[in-house]
Amino acid sequence: MAREPMNGAQVVIKALIDQGVDVVFGYPGGAVLPIYDALFKQNQLRHILVRQEGGAVHAAEGYARSTGKVGVVLVTSGPGATNAVTGLTDALMDSIPIVCLTGQVPTHLIGNDAFQECDTTGITRPCTKHNYLVKDKNRLAQTLHEAFYIARSGRPGPVVVDLPKDIQFAECPYVGPSNVVHKTYRPQIKGDRKAIEQAVEMIAKAKRPVIYGGGGIINSGPAAAKLFSEFVRMTGAPTTLTLMGLGALPATDERYLGMLGMHGTYEANMAMHDCDLMLCVGARFDDRVTGRLDAFSPGSKKIHIDIDRTSINKNVAVDLGIVGDVAHVLEDMIKVWKAGQKQVDKKAVAAWWKKVDEWRARDCLKFKTDKKIIKPQYAIQRLYELTRDRETYITTEVGQHQMWAAQHYRFEKPNRWMTSGGLGTMGYGLPAAVGVQIAHPDALVVDIAGEASIMMNIQEIATAVQYRLPVKIFIINNEYMGMVRQWQELLHGGRYSESYSAALPDFVKLAEAFGAVGLRATKPSEVDDVIGEMIAVNRPVIVDIAVDQKENCFPMIPSGAAHNEMLFGPDDEAGKPVSEEGMVLV
Amino acid sequence: MNNNAQIERHTVAVLVDNEPGVLARVIGLFSGRGYNIESLTVSAVSEDESMSRITIVTSGTPMIIEQIKAQLDRLVPVHEVHDLTAEGAHIEREIALVKVVAGGAERRESLRIADIFKAAVADTTRESFVFSLTGKPEKLDAFVELMRGLGKTEVARSGVVGIARGAKAL
Repeated sequence: MAREPMNGAQVVIKALIDQGVDVVFGYPGGAVLPIYDALFKQNQLRHILVRQEGGAVHAAEGYARSTGKVGVVLVTSGPGATNAVTGLTDALMDSIPIVCLTGQVPTHLIGNDAFQECDTTGITRPCTKHNYLVKDKNRLAQTLHEAFYIARSGRPGPVVVDLPKDIQFAECPYVGPSNVVHKTYRPQIKGDRKAIEQAVEMIAKAKRPVIYGGGGIINSGPAAAKLFSEFVRMTGAPTTLTLMGLGALPATDERYLGMLGMHGTYEANMAMHDCDLMLCVGARFDDRVTGRLDAFSPGSKKIHIDIDRTSINKNVAVDLGIVGDVAHVLEDMIKVWKAGQKQVDKKAVAAWWKKVDEWRARDCLKFKTDKKIIKPQYAIQRLYELTRDRETYITTEVGQHQMWAAQHYRFEKPNRWMTSGGLGTMGYGLPAAVGVQIAHPDALVVDIAGEASIMMNIQEIATAVQYRLPVKIFIINNEYMGMVRQWQELLHGGRYSESYSAALPDFVKLAEAFGAVGLRATKPSEVDDVIGEMIAVNRPVIVDIAVDQKENCFPMIPSGAAHNEMLFGPDDEAGKPVSEEGMVLV
Repeated sequence: MNNNAQIERHTVAVLVDNEPGVLARVIGLFSGRGYNIESLTVSAVSEDESMSRITIVTSGTPMIIEQIKAQLDRLVPVHEVHDLTAEGAHIEREIALVKVVAGGAERRESLRIADIFKAAVADTTRESFVFSLTGKPEKLDAFVELMRGLGKTEVARSGVVGIARGAKAL
């Protein structure tokens, strides 16, 4: 079949369409004008114009994490690319598949400090899974397909393709996706059979097992979450999830202990500490999860399933590492378990559950309600109760509100929770919500925000308004950078250096100025009505919830402490000062 | 983590695509994650020049060494990672060019030591020699140390290259 000759920009569009892309988040500029021209001349690809390039990457992350597809970003050279860096780093840390196309000055100007030139591949090398500078027009199509393959396979991540402007104009040959085989990159998908059999033996012998699941389950896809839940039910082991893993097991499952780690539940952390066998599935023993490493689950045998070999034995030495995709490994484990008619030690596990239930009885997430002041936890609890029966997607910014959301909003399904876990990027939630709403136009998408975080990418409300995206921004407004203040209280003698949110805008008026709807609640009695109205309005809404300014996020493992050294509330703080080693940790 | 674990020295051979940016990726990995580089050499090695071999001498605890290998292997343009130290008997060689500026007895002594080490004279003037010496890094260390005592010295070293003994080829 004879094809019309295509220029580089048209090849880019064709490659995206052939990769199944339906939406691109971007911002035009001089070095990508040919691609924007090619976009203009077609109607298969939808372009969403963000208001800053950082927003484009977060929107693509929200889109990717809520669909399991690759999120696509298109930005110009220089500042377009540098503005994307935070989002790329965020996607790398949280393993989100992103292909980010950046414009570049024409090849003959590269290295000459041309207008809007920067060394994009140099700058993004450490914050991408891989990156390319396309200097040969004959390699353009293949490079684009490779970028998608690398972004989505193995441990997903961001890939940058830097496209000089002369390549976009040049006539370029096209090859389809099926003609591309990567010469070196072949991630290991199936787990080692012997190791899987050994894992099953270890689990069957355990007396105090714990299953600890992470974002790898979400990344592997809904099938992985199903298999994970099945395995949890087969073994009956107490199960906890990381921040990135929420939704991998339905929160209402009786075996679910809640999130673990720094602001995890008492029962989850105690179970991790006292278990004799830990099965880690698609998580990475991050410092927010482990607490003090030399006191981390001292008496347990540890099994770790991860698609990324570098995650195994990085922070915590494990007894058995299995490299592979969690869905494949879990499927094989279930088969081996069933074929061997394996049983857990029922008596021992029942005794273990008795212990776990004692920890549970402490009800560590309880908080004092108040008739006059809205407690932040209360606001999130009400949001949960009033939205749980709907098709709801939650994004967050970063800080106290994020932890309260993780504690009090309960997820039944994977891909419903979008948060910046690894990098902790304030300003993530609103653009991410835009991306989620684009992917799920009829769903309820709520960004649980703080008043400080929301200011970091507030401009993206304009994007929501332009595309009539009814995202809801639910601001837990305590007029402080709450988590900063909490640490200053705990570690720096209550000297609240620069953590007060001074000169805040009136969020109701701000919403109106953008063409959105603004609502406010200042009393507990108003919360339900405001949430009801927020849901009823089919437009972007900012909800300003004036909450207790002094509330801190508990329970908490102070930095440098172990899982069994949690603080439960303000009265606990004085008794347990943070160690000097803990002070230096972030 | 176990801080008392023994620090080990490992020589790692990495076969990579011979493309711009690959070396930067490898070096960036080491600096970004705080790993040691004792020496690093790189050159194209395949017949069609499409592949390069990077030899890295590094040190760390066994857990760190395992991480380094896994991290290297994870880089997209990396074909193979071989821990020569762990995989069995291997040969390491390095080349040094050592300039010694000296006269009189020191000058004669430098030539005598060069003879003992089987170093070749690569260049000479009335007040200087440049010696060329190939061998294991420790041998080069000893040679350089002796020369430093004899006059002003300038040293250029290639870094280590290594290859496994035996008939098996990568």
